[in-house]
Amino acid sequence: MMPVRSRRRQIPLALVLGLALTSLFVVLALVSFIWTPYDVTKLDVANRMQLPSAAHWLGTDNIGRDILAMIMVGTRTSIAVALVAVGVGVGLGLPLGLLAASRHGSLLDEAIMRSNDLVFAFPSLVIAILITAAFGPSAFNAILAIGIFNIPVFARLSRSAALSLWQLDYLRFAQTAGKGVARISLEHILPNILNILIVQMTIQFSLGILAESGLSYIGLGVQPPTPSLGRMLADNRTLTALAPHLTLIPGMAIVLIVLGLNLLGDGLRDLTDPKLARQR
Amino acid sequence: MLAFLTARLLTMIASLLVASLVIFIMLDLVPGDPASLMLGLNATPEALAALREQLGLDGPWPQRYLAWIAGLLRGDFGLSYTYRVPVSGLIIERLAISLPLALYALGLTVVIAFPVGMIAAATRRSWGDVSIMGLTQLGIAMPNFWFAIQLQVLFALVLRWLPAGSFPGWQDGLWPALTALTLPAIALALPQASILARVMRSSVLETLHQDYMRSARAKGLSAAGALVKHGLRNALIPVLTILGLQFAFLLAGAIIIENVFYLSGLGNLVFKAISQRDLIVVRSCVMVLVFAVIAVNTLVDLTYGLVDPRLRKH
Repeated sequence: MMPVRSRRRQIPLALVLGLALTSLFVVLALVSFIWTPYDVTKLDVANRMQLPSAAHWLGTDNIGRDILAMIMVGTRTSIAVALVAVGVGVGLGLPLGLLAASRHGSLLDEAIMRSNDLVFAFPSLVIAILITAAFGPSAFNAILAIGIFNIPVFARLSRSAALSLWQLDYLRFAQTAGKGVARISLEHILPNILNILIVQMTIQFSLGILAESGLSYIGLGVQPPTPSLGRMLADNRTLTALAPHLTLIPGMAIVLIVLGLNLLGDGLRDLTDPKLARQR
Repeated sequence: MLAFLTARLLTMIASLLVASLVIFIMLDLVPGDPASLMLGLNATPEALAALREQLGLDGPWPQRYLAWIAGLLRGDFGLSYTYRVPVSGLIIERLAISLPLALYALGLTVVIAFPVGMIAAATRRSWGDVSIMGLTQLGIAMPNFWFAIQLQVLFALVLRWLPAGSFPGWQDGLWPALTALTLPAIALALPQASILARVMRSSVLETLHQDYMRSARAKGLSAAGALVKHGLRNALIPVLTILGLQFAFLLAGAIIIENVFYLSGLGNLVFKAISQRDLIVVRSCVMVLVFAVIAVNTLVDLTYGLVDPRLRKH
């Protein structure tokens, strides 16, 4: 007989690294509500563009604001934008996907999926251009643009995951027992697709951080004086040759947050789907 | 195959029509009168009325929508409110920068991602594979415009190997134009190549485990021979899907990166138009972008049909 191998799952390294990085920035963002090393609304032009020192750990920007304080508040803004955008995507996409799956093959299913295809033709930058042209630039528009782009992502994912579950016998039994499709979707399908939803949420969250930085960089997102990581890059971009740390530091912050979230997503997927982990 | 082709093209036309309707309604909601914007505050009511008629601003929106679509089909995008020249000319002029940039970046993405992904798959879990995968994680996490700024400082301002910005035009030949687009194209391509290399790697790995690959080896093909003859074609399907989606990202990314390199592309045109309330230019630029995305997705669908004959039946 073959020796029985230990069935205990290993915690993936990616999960540990991702969780550590993500927590670091979430903590920085949360702390910024009660404390920042300097006031981000206070300008100190005499001490502008300073290199990192004991007084300013990450230096100061083009108008003398403390970069560490800006990163803390900026991270808060960027995380908030991306998080709400994920909320919009899940809040609308998940019910649509579940509904489409429960009425598989119907006209409603077809209509939902075709509208999804249509939204996919509008990258979030294009949505942002349209919204900004119509209503003017604001952080809210950035959230809306990224959020709308997230809707079909979650609708497709939850539909395809739910469709495979609807093939299972116990759901058919539940239906014969008199449970409505809405109740089955909530009680039996949702808990079973939750793990892939969470993985996708971390991915869309990281994409949202990147999208916010891009939109704010070209002026379609967060508006001054609110700091965001993208705005910090826009404000200091022409000074990069003189003082590289002005864009290097906020850029590295974005890279680390996105890297953390991506590793977290990979780690969670490996943890919840060990079959996939073995293939990788 | 003909039915498959027709179905795909019909879907594309339907998508374009609905998309154009969404764009039109969205921008039609905006308050403000383009005619008074063009003529200024001292315009007489007669002059305003005449201009409104010339621009086709009178009439109910369905009529104006149809007039716009009819114009688009003829290649007549209307007159820019601020520049007073045909929008189509403006767009073609700007697309001559943005489109080559996006295609250049797409080419680089494929040229980098295909071999890198295959090498990583072939040497799975080796030192090389692990470092490639680590680097791609970094590449995915980088905002492309930030990477562009760093490349610009290093290669243009410090090392002076490549121009830091602006575009000489295509009239001086291919070389100066290509060198001007090289840094922006690299900045656009590396993050997308990182994504594609990962997809390529997992797709090839998936294929290697299939039964038909074992059969191919059993009939005497070498590992590389089996991969090239039977594996690659199957591995390419997910890769193509992602590549199609990436074109949209590259085109949108090009619009942002133009700003870093002072290129007067489509992005420069559309952002100026937004601030000048030149909505007819915004509308046309957005329509062109959406057309590009839909057309490329249709192309990808059609390519599936070529790569995988089973899909033609659906």
